[in-house]
Amino acid sequence: MQTLRTATTMSADAPRPASRNDDKPVAIDVRDLSLTFQTTDAPVVALTNVNLQIKAGEFISLIGPSGCGKTTLMRVMADLEHPTSGSITVNGLSPEQARLARAYGYVFQAPALYPWRSVRRNLMLPLEIMGVPRAERDSRAARYLEMVGLKDFANKFPWQLSGGMQQRVSIARALSFEPKLLLMDEPFGALDEITRDHLNEQLLRLWEQTQKTVIFVTHSIPEAVFLSSRIVVMSPRPGRILEVIDCDLPSDRTLDVRETPEFLAIAHRVRVALRAGHSYDD
Amino acid sequence: MVLAAIVLIWYVGAVWLNAGLVEQRLEQSETKATAAEFIGTALALDRPLLPAPHQVAEEFYDSVFTRDVTSPRSLVYHAEITGSATLLGFALGTVLGIVLAVGIVSWRTLDRSLLPWIIASQTIPILAIAPMIIVVLGNIGLTGLVPKAVISMYLCFFPITIGMVKGLRSPDPLQLDLMRTYSATPSQVFWKLRWPASVAFLFASLKVAIAISLVGAIVGELPTGAQGGLGARLLSGSYYGQTIQIWAALFMAALLGMVLVALVGVVERMTLRRMGAKP
Repeated sequence: MQTLRTATTMSADAPRPASRNDDKPVAIDVRDLSLTFQTTDAPVVALTNVNLQIKAGEFISLIGPSGCGKTTLMRVMADLEHPTSGSITVNGLSPEQARLARAYGYVFQAPALYPWRSVRRNLMLPLEIMGVPRAERDSRAARYLEMVGLKDFANKFPWQLSGGMQQRVSIARALSFEPKLLLMDEPFGALDEITRDHLNEQLLRLWEQTQKTVIFVTHSIPEAVFLSSRIVVMSPRPGRILEVIDCDLPSDRTLDVRETPEFLAIAHRVRVALRAGHSYDD
Repeated sequence: MVLAAIVLIWYVGAVWLNAGLVEQRLEQSETKATAAEFIGTALALDRPLLPAPHQVAEEFYDSVFTRDVTSPRSLVYHAEITGSATLLGFALGTVLGIVLAVGIVSWRTLDRSLLPWIIASQTIPILAIAPMIIVVLGNIGLTGLVPKAVISMYLCFFPITIGMVKGLRSPDPLQLDLMRTYSATPSQVFWKLRWPASVAFLFASLKVAIAISLVGAIVGELPTGAQGGLGARLLSGSYYGQTIQIWAALFMAALLGMVLVALVGVVERMTLRRMGAKP
């Protein structure tokens, strides 16, 4: 809870983009961030001069073609990569402090379940590591399995589940220790369209219920527009932010919203922005 | 089919190899023999170059089932001695192998400094080093079971170390990143990720290791002049030219090895099933 307090003090000097989360504290503050990977042949510039302020409770999508640094940016937030220059705070803390305070749950591209653990015990893994008492672990596992609709699969092993179910387990696992911040790296990238639509809808409901801050990496425009409150359009070589597009679809939207002119208008803006990034490249 | 073919080849080989001995005997007694008599004699020699399968089977049956199990003429007695040295050596080797693997995986310096020594240790012929181990251990008062177990351990820790190093390093970057996002301690990463991930590798190496530790225990019995054990049985057989006895002891060793490997296999299946392996 210490993290929350410091985050509140941070909000005073943060810039205030027009958004309905205007009054919320800043969850993530990225300033002039650059990251260059030192490889054996030539240095690779993954991110240059990234500036981004994310308010608590926002659903932010990072979208862009492969190699635009969206995953890298998220890994920096998670303290899995270190920036070469610039600054970043997560809930007012450095990424490392935030990681040590277990401020975020990370959902990877692949489910990354441990095959020797049943679904229930996979879900309890972070709780065991964080020293949550046994009774509490059991009740949380039950609650979050219910939330992702897998309570009948608690004692199954990962290989007995479909890809979509496995990814739901991994989302439940990230929620289980109740972090304020959810970092999701193309969690539905490997799933078929139908499963993906279904999970998108579930995730949206989940976000509404829990009021978490979600950072979501994707390269699907409809997915980004459907889920997000703001869309960050990125471009490769070097990785940078092209444009941040507000996305104010009604909060009780269903998949049908994708047929509305408002949705299509935002999707069009995102597409135009992405194309602008490409012409730079040619 | 394979068994029948082996037995057939064996019979042919027995006649062919023992032909010289039979000829010698015929010359001495200055008698003539038909082909059938010739073959019959070749397969019923007391001390043949290569005993026929039924001779080995008979000896095996005799020394396993008709002798008192505490008598030195019983193969069960010898198998028990060798078996206990094997198991002790295997247990020691497993512990040593795992400890070395954990060290190598945990400390970068050990990875570079230890592995060459481990490999070097395996290039030394065990027959050269076994008598020295026995002399040294004998000097500090360890005789009998322990020196044999030590030789067995010396041979069998190697596949376990190699297998476990691979197993402990088998978690993919994603699984490791996950632990990092939980800010897990190194010991949590070990017990909750590296160790369970290596179990399948461990059992694969245990199967190799237990067979090797049996060889180690037998080799350990050769230079000691041990009174009991399959190795001692092989040695006394070759002193007195008792080829049938040697072959029976060899079969006992093979049988023992098969049983031990099968036991490891059973434990493996039970463990991996509990860890959610596909049936």
